[in-house]
Amino acid sequence: MTALQARMATSKSGADFSASVMTIEIGPAHPAMHGIVRLTTQLDGELIVGMEPEIGYLHRGFEKESENSKWIQVIPYTDRLNYVSPLLCNIGYSMAVEKLYGIEAPRRAEFTRVIMGEISRITDHLTCLGAAAMEIGAFTFFLWFIKAREYLYELVEEMTGARLTTNWTRFGGNSMDLPDGFLSDLADRLSKLEGIMEECDKLLTRNKIFIDRVKDVGTISKEDALSYGFSGPMLRACGIPFDVRRADAYSVYDELDFEIPVGSTGDCFDRFLVRMEEIRQSTSIIKQAADKMPEGPFMTDERMLHYPDKKDVYGNIEGLIDHFKMVMEGHHPPAGEIYMPTEGGNGEMGFYLVSDGSGDPVRVRMRPPCFNFVQAMPLMTVGHYVADIVPIFGSVNMIGGELDR
Amino acid sequence: MDFLLEIIMTPTVLACIKIAVIILLFAMPLGTVLTLMERKWSAMIQDRVGPNRANIGKFTGHGVLHLAADGLKSIFKEDTIPKGANGFLYLIAPFFGLIAAVATFAIIPIAGPIGDFTFQVTDVNPGLLFIFAITSLNVYGAVLAGTSSNSKFALLGGTRASAQMISYEVFMGLALMGIFMVYGTTRVSGIVNGQNEYWFGNLIPMWGIFTQPLGFILFFTALVAETKRAPFDAPEGESEIVAGYFLEYSGMRWSAFMLAEYISLVGVAALMTTLFFGGYHVPWLHLWESAPQWLVTVLQILKFTFFTVVFCWFQIQLRWTIPKFRFDQTMGLGWKKLLPLSLVNIIVTALVILTLA
Repeated sequence: MTALQARMATSKSGADFSASVMTIEIGPAHPAMHGIVRLTTQLDGELIVGMEPEIGYLHRGFEKESENSKWIQVIPYTDRLNYVSPLLCNIGYSMAVEKLYGIEAPRRAEFTRVIMGEISRITDHLTCLGAAAMEIGAFTFFLWFIKAREYLYELVEEMTGARLTTNWTRFGGNSMDLPDGFLSDLADRLSKLEGIMEECDKLLTRNKIFIDRVKDVGTISKEDALSYGFSGPMLRACGIPFDVRRADAYSVYDELDFEIPVGSTGDCFDRFLVRMEEIRQSTSIIKQAADKMPEGPFMTDERMLHYPDKKDVYGNIEGLIDHFKMVMEGHHPPAGEIYMPTEGGNGEMGFYLVSDGSGDPVRVRMRPPCFNFVQAMPLMTVGHYVADIVPIFGSVNMIGGELDR
Repeated sequence: MDFLLEIIMTPTVLACIKIAVIILLFAMPLGTVLTLMERKWSAMIQDRVGPNRANIGKFTGHGVLHLAADGLKSIFKEDTIPKGANGFLYLIAPFFGLIAAVATFAIIPIAGPIGDFTFQVTDVNPGLLFIFAITSLNVYGAVLAGTSSNSKFALLGGTRASAQMISYEVFMGLALMGIFMVYGTTRVSGIVNGQNEYWFGNLIPMWGIFTQPLGFILFFTALVAETKRAPFDAPEGESEIVAGYFLEYSGMRWSAFMLAEYISLVGVAALMTTLFFGGYHVPWLHLWESAPQWLVTVLQILKFTFFTVVFCWFQIQLRWTIPKFRFDQTMGLGWKKLLPLSLVNIIVTALVILTLA
């Protein structure tokens, strides 16, 4: 705020000051606004004196659409929430429905979910860091990260058959088991990723120009971050070690050893470093999960949760009836309401579900982590220069899909 | 026949021919090819393929046809004038930059003289002061484009560009003071010939980079900032103010801005070669006394071109390796660090010259 205060002190009166303000619309179609969002910005010369984010350009009615679907039909919609880490959304939603049922997926399914979820987290961070760096001029860094992301997307494709529209989890397990040779491919890709991370670290992390651009820019205090409801890397960069994977210990994260990186000042540089370290931690989580991968089923064998095997459908009457009811009526979670938080790529991604036991969701609500960040944009940008919008908005990692739903 | 030769040998006609040859055979082709080379080189740096799709039948020539495709596309694009723009200023603005970029080549010699004939359009007395005068003209292009476009982003870009270019001109001149003092002239031919002397017998040529290492870094920084190339491209600021002062331009006028940028990139490289790397003089060539004149001239042109291309490559490498400065950081660097440094350089150079004299 110092630059702004200095400017206000030098201007003779409040009226003079406001007379020189220029309103400029940044977005909705603007190179730095990845996703679609509009920042109505008031500028005094190059200095930002006011900002109002306007969201909703990517609203597709996810929540209403879900109420008109069967429980299982919501899973493909969740791919499109956070479209740089679709698997985390799949997993979050499926775990929420499992919580509603009061069941747990088999251990093999949980370990596979951890691996795929962490791969998705890495792709999310790679995209965010790469795009943010590209916008302040480090184009090469971006394309190297995209290359690394491509290696991971190939793994996702191997597992799910799609790069983005994964539609992978089911209630009580996953739609598919690990393909043959997946774990050796995984080790190979992770070593490539580590190589690229090392190169990029050398290229950018200690670059003086880069540090000048991101250090002490977009700083937010612990108290402000908490009152705005921050979570994920943005909150951890302020120095609060809150991570849903540790705080809630869902899935099998309590059996895996990982550290929660925290920053100290909560500026863009800390967010950059926290995300870089989280990529490394996720790599280590994936390796541990791959080592501990148990044998066993990848889908629960509970009735009315999965489609019966074809030999049962054609071989006995219970199988046939189950199949018929599954196809015609779908899942019937018991009546009740739950909130299931998971650690998404951006922060706490929670699903709030209400069921009346009829087979149709009454309410499917998702807590988008970046909603709170975009709300705090004025707090982070006012008093900075117009060029600082770029690194700040880059570190916010706004994903239109999950923000507007 | 004699009559024709007489006309050709008159100074005015000769200068026109030299202008045509240097601009059309050296500056323009190099500038045009650089637009493609930048895309290819950056692709190499970033593990991409780069442009390779433009084709005639099956012939793509590794992207060479993109030069023609881009040119044709710009010519046939609609030349739009935004609503509320100042039409006349808007239309002439692109050409200030182009003129300034091309005019730089007027005083750069690309090979040594043969008798009375020089490979230089004109060896004006003020020499490099001419360059300073011409590069100041560049500002008009940016300012007029920014203010006449009737766009807030363009206005921001225009003000940034004018502030940056005017500040960097200040110490661009100061950074070259050292060179003037060492070689005792502002004439380009004098500076180039001064660099043909040697230290320690015939061991080290007295190139500008050895006599003025700090001046070299300062002047190069100033020139890169002056031409608004990365990392000093805040006036264009593609991520925050979209494209800066030429945001509203389309078609051939937009291409004029681009071409001006690439020609001035070549201009910067040629100027650096002339002032700091011995110009056209091939080092240690004077030891081979029986060298035929034509071979010497060819070698000189090759040497000059080689160093120019190396400097072009260096500027491109710079752009794709490091991030950009924020606008206020660019200004801070200029006024708070480079200006004092260039003053120190002048004082140190003066003291050394006094001590040695």
